[in-house]
Amino acid sequence: MGAWDLFVEIVSWALILSGSFFTLAGALGIYRFPDFWARLHAASVLDSAGMILLLAGMCVQSGFTLVTVKLIIIGIFLFITGPTATHSVANAALTSGARPTEAPGLVGAIPGPPGTLDPEADDEDTAREAQTS
Amino acid sequence: MMHHHLILRVVTKLLVGTIILFALYVQFHGDFSPGGGFQAGVIMAVAFILYGIVFRLEKVQRVLPPWVVHKLMALGVLIYAGTGILSFFLGYNYLDYGAFSPDHPSHGQHWGILAVEFGVGVTVTGVMISIYYAFAARTPLIDDEAW
Repeated sequence: MGAWDLFVEIVSWALILSGSFFTLAGALGIYRFPDFWARLHAASVLDSAGMILLLAGMCVQSGFTLVTVKLIIIGIFLFITGPTATHSVANAALTSGARPTEAPGLVGAIPGPPGTLDPEADDEDTAREAQTS
Repeated sequence: MMHHHLILRVVTKLLVGTIILFALYVQFHGDFSPGGGFQAGVIMAVAFILYGIVFRLEKVQRVLPPWVVHKLMALGVLIYAGTGILSFFLGYNYLDYGAFSPDHPSHGQHWGILAVEFGVGVTVTGVMISIYYAFAARTPLIDDEAW
């Protein structure tokens, strides 16, 4: 085994082991954190970090081959879908009434320009128009 | 009309084409790598189901109306059985793929398996999408504007 091979092995195993550590920490966070939002944070952020490190480690292992290209494509795919899944889960939880334990009175996202977010704003606008006319 | 779920809509537009491409890869690369008609059919159906979930049922049914899906289910079986009956008429047994190139039987098997897997994929796509249509066409419990 030459010096270059040894270097590649060390780098790839450092990446794979740190990725495994992040993934394990994420699993522990899902198990131990107090409420839904903290658990979602642990799951999403640590999974993204662990995924990147694991895929990078595997890319270094496989060298300049077709496998590396496929791994990079999988990485891009997970990079898009993971945060999207987290977003939709958090959105559904907020809509169905789950609130953080530290902020029980949170009402949700700040409404954007009129008519963009919730149907009640539209109703108010039409009511105001009806009053002025 | 639909001003909510901006992120989901953008990501869905990015992903639908990729999913269809991956389905075709699994379909036609299935004889060299893991995959085949069943998996490819499900992945192809996932693209349409994802589009339907995010953009409502009417939008996806404008692309793929229910009568087309129902015809797809039968068309896949027709391709499968038609491959077999074609080898029948070429003087071989039912589904004996060697009929398609008598000089090189392995080539004929290659083409025969591709055709049969394509039939399986078409049927699985049709069945999955029509199951989704059957469930999604029911009256929703939560109004869409309530999100």
